[in-house]
Amino acid sequence: MGILEVKDVGKRFGGLQALGDVNLNVEENTVHAIIGPNGAGKSTLLNVLVGKLIPDSGSVLFDGQSVLGRTPHDINQMGISRVFQTPEIFGDLDVMENVMIPCFAKRDGAFALNGYGSVASHTDIREKAEQMLADVNMLEKRNMQASSLSRGDKRRLEMAMCLVQDPKLLLLDEPTAGMARADTNNTIDLLKEIKEKRDITMAIIEHDMHVVFSLAERITVLAQGTPLVEDTPENIKGHPKVQEAYLGQAHD
Amino acid sequence: MDAILLQILNGLDKGSAYALIALGLTLIFGTLGVVNFAHGALFMVGAFVAVTVQRLFNWSFETVDPTKTDFLGNPAKVKTPYVESWFGPEVGAAMIDWSVPLAILFAIPIMIVVGFVMERGLIKHFYKRPHADQILVTFGLAIVVQEIVKAYYGANPIPTPAPDVFKGSFDFGPLLGLDTSLAYPYWRLVYFGFSAAIIGAVFAFLQFTTFGLVVRAGMADRETVGLLGINIDKKFTIMFGIAAAVAGLAGVMYAPINSPNYHMGMDFLVLSFVVVVVGGMGSLPGAVLAGFMLGILESIASMNVIKELIPGIDQIIIYVVAILILLTRPRGLMGRKGVMED
Amino acid sequence: MFGLNKKDTTLFIIVAAMTLLAPFILNPFPTDSALAQFNAGYPDLMQRFVIFGILAIGFNILFGLTGYLSFGHAAFLGVGSYSAVWMFKLLSMNIIPAIILSVIIAGLFALVIGYVSLRRSGIYFSILTLAFAQMSFNLAYSVLTPITNGETGLQITLDDPRVLGVSVAENGNPPVTNLFGLEMRETFTLDLGAWAFQFNIGFYVCALIMLAAFYVSVRIFRSPFGLMLRAVKSNQHRMNYTGLSTRPYTLAAFVISGMYAGLAGGLMASMDPLAGAERMQWTASGEIVLMTILGGAGTLLGPVLGAGFIKYFENIFSKINDNILHTWFAIMPDGLEDLLVTIVHPFVGKGWHLTLGLLFMLVVTFLPGGLVEGGQRIAKALSRKKKDEPKTPDASE
Repeated sequence: MGILEVKDVGKRFGGLQALGDVNLNVEENTVHAIIGPNGAGKSTLLNVLVGKLIPDSGSVLFDGQSVLGRTPHDINQMGISRVFQTPEIFGDLDVMENVMIPCFAKRDGAFALNGYGSVASHTDIREKAEQMLADVNMLEKRNMQASSLSRGDKRRLEMAMCLVQDPKLLLLDEPTAGMARADTNNTIDLLKEIKEKRDITMAIIEHDMHVVFSLAERITVLAQGTPLVEDTPENIKGHPKVQEAYLGQAHD
Repeated sequence: MDAILLQILNGLDKGSAYALIALGLTLIFGTLGVVNFAHGALFMVGAFVAVTVQRLFNWSFETVDPTKTDFLGNPAKVKTPYVESWFGPEVGAAMIDWSVPLAILFAIPIMIVVGFVMERGLIKHFYKRPHADQILVTFGLAIVVQEIVKAYYGANPIPTPAPDVFKGSFDFGPLLGLDTSLAYPYWRLVYFGFSAAIIGAVFAFLQFTTFGLVVRAGMADRETVGLLGINIDKKFTIMFGIAAAVAGLAGVMYAPINSPNYHMGMDFLVLSFVVVVVGGMGSLPGAVLAGFMLGILESIASMNVIKELIPGIDQIIIYVVAILILLTRPRGLMGRKGVMED
Repeated sequence: MFGLNKKDTTLFIIVAAMTLLAPFILNPFPTDSALAQFNAGYPDLMQRFVIFGILAIGFNILFGLTGYLSFGHAAFLGVGSYSAVWMFKLLSMNIIPAIILSVIIAGLFALVIGYVSLRRSGIYFSILTLAFAQMSFNLAYSVLTPITNGETGLQITLDDPRVLGVSVAENGNPPVTNLFGLEMRETFTLDLGAWAFQFNIGFYVCALIMLAAFYVSVRIFRSPFGLMLRAVKSNQHRMNYTGLSTRPYTLAAFVISGMYAGLAGGLMASMDPLAGAERMQWTASGEIVLMTILGGAGTLLGPVLGAGFIKYFENIFSKINDNILHTWFAIMPDGLEDLLVTIVHPFVGKGWHLTLGLLFMLVVTFLPGGLVEGGQRIAKALSRKKKDEPKTPDASE
């Protein structure tokens, strides 16, 4: 049984069948990529997973529990963290505060009227956040305002904010979209490093084949809202159906 | 039944004023993306243009009329308005009598200039600032305009009568085949007709001219229109002038209904904002619809039967409706997606 | 000290000293001098300083931290005043039960209004709060007259029951507000040479409560709760995907800030036991917004400064009339004197609101961080001159 099980999920937007009977099984401690051409339903699927959209049919089980009908913050509390296409961080706050907020969320839950002690007095949180920043090589930038970081650092910071929660599943939505080659490679290295250091399951939605084949252990190919195949990268590369639907165009 | 009809009629003129202010507010929201808390001040300035024109026309010089004497036997002083001496007594008297409608001719250029100055001088610096800043700076501006008017015209309402022809009421009773009379002041009818004409003109302008086409496109997607190489900023400045003129005209014609005072703009503004929100921010038809709807609802709620049923309802009906609509239809009656949403 | 870090302790001590020494600081001119009109060390004025300070501190917890701009905060002020006066009418003239009730009632009001209004954000939230406040105002004037006494305003009378006190004081007047016998209106005057300093019990009660309120706000600002509120302002989207529910945070901030306003309203009634609907009007809400912005929203000191600034100049500016202007410009040649008086005239006296509006526009346009930011800029410019090298901005500020 996988940590994330998507069964027969369907979603229509008016006349458009965005997802039709999607089945997906993400095994624990693997990197699972979901690829597919534009309009294949990747983003819709992701939005279903994080609670932004409720599907018309089917079920989504995470760790044996249904995520459907839960709010995004509830789903995060279950252990799913999400990295966005453009980094979503707290731009007005400094780097350290950015990482401490998810720590508090993990420790105190979705809401805590924690108004007495100062932030600094929560040593456990501070140490954890510092450790995390050290892991992503950002400790020396801890006092910088997050919005003044470079794009690459913003990405790192967002990863740190997700990882500091020790999520069971990390969802990455095109983490290298719009990046230069060098930045893309840095991100790949960062993700590899993360994977080596800790037990974590990652689901990556990605356009860039280079990223997918560098990281993924399993790949699901979506086309027109339905999964074409699910297999190892080696097998996917040679799969005629995939070539036809997707890779053929991408490798031009 | 006829009581309700009367209230609907009564609601029309207030509704017209709401609709006109809300229309201007929406134009500015939709095109410039600015929340203008000073829009009520423009309405008030319009009303005071009417006051000023009436005063100017009444501006007189004194002459001693040797043929008449006052009660002490001294030669009487006679005041003659300048307009009467310039244009002859008949034309002059007519001008004084018709000063409110004539004020429209003055109000249009004045309001357009005021609008331009406001947009170029202040508002344009706030396009990229947060909405809170826009609210705050226009709120400050509204105070300033209000206080200037107060300094010149005092704090008391200034009666500004409509032309004599429109004094009195029209009886709708017989027309509708009712036994009872249904008296409705002529000037309010005029106001309603005038508002309908202005609303129609604005819509026609936006619908049938190229300028209107660009503005509508800009309301839908500002960036793309900008990319097409159209100087959208200039168009929007003009739009601001038009919105100011609409508010000003609404004020000019409203002067005979409620004697203008310096804070009438604020009073109307709060309600007009509610109207805009109910109609759906960024939707012109929504603004008009909600304006009339709330005006009429307010009138109906002030009927004694209803007040006895729910005490105080006439005071709060608009707010209650606004709250209910915002909670059930977050974008208002006819709002589009993505307008003023964070 | 008191669980605050060094910087905040210093700040708190400065505010405390300034507040407690206000009777001296605000009374710099000898009683008989021409400048005595600029003294502000009168009991009722000083009371107003600190009460509006509380109001602005509370508003800042909502607006400064979460960015939610409420245009209906005066409603809570009004509700607090009404509650307090009712307590004076029914229970006793002791201000403690009155203040407690006003805080509780205002908190409940804020809970209801906030629960509904916070379902929307941005401009919609502002309009919703405005609508609620106008509704309260209209109701207070009309159907709620049995509770609010309509246009006249709610006052204490000789036939109030006051079960724990007396209906009529020994001198035949209604009894006065007190704190366990200590009368709020009692004032000691200290004559020091040409100066007369006034120490008023009511002012010191309000001042101590304001300092407590300020202390609580510092704690909130520095706490994880405060951090979450700032996160709300910065990026709600990220908050949701970080496992945090934003609505309870904003609601908590709204209720806390409503309770502050209720406290201010209760104190206002404790100093002068009457309550009127005009306290709830939206222009009053606008004034609260104005104070906070002018001082510097989101900063600790800003709201206190803003409240003091506006109340001080309101008092001073509205007192200046043409005669005073003429004495000011008397050294000028006559023509110039008249010209200057004519120019300045619209801005002073009754024209105070004009000055206020202009000031407000200038601050929002050029100094969005308010007086505090202005002070920081000046300080920075000065230190730059001294060291002759630009300092990197301290991100933690």
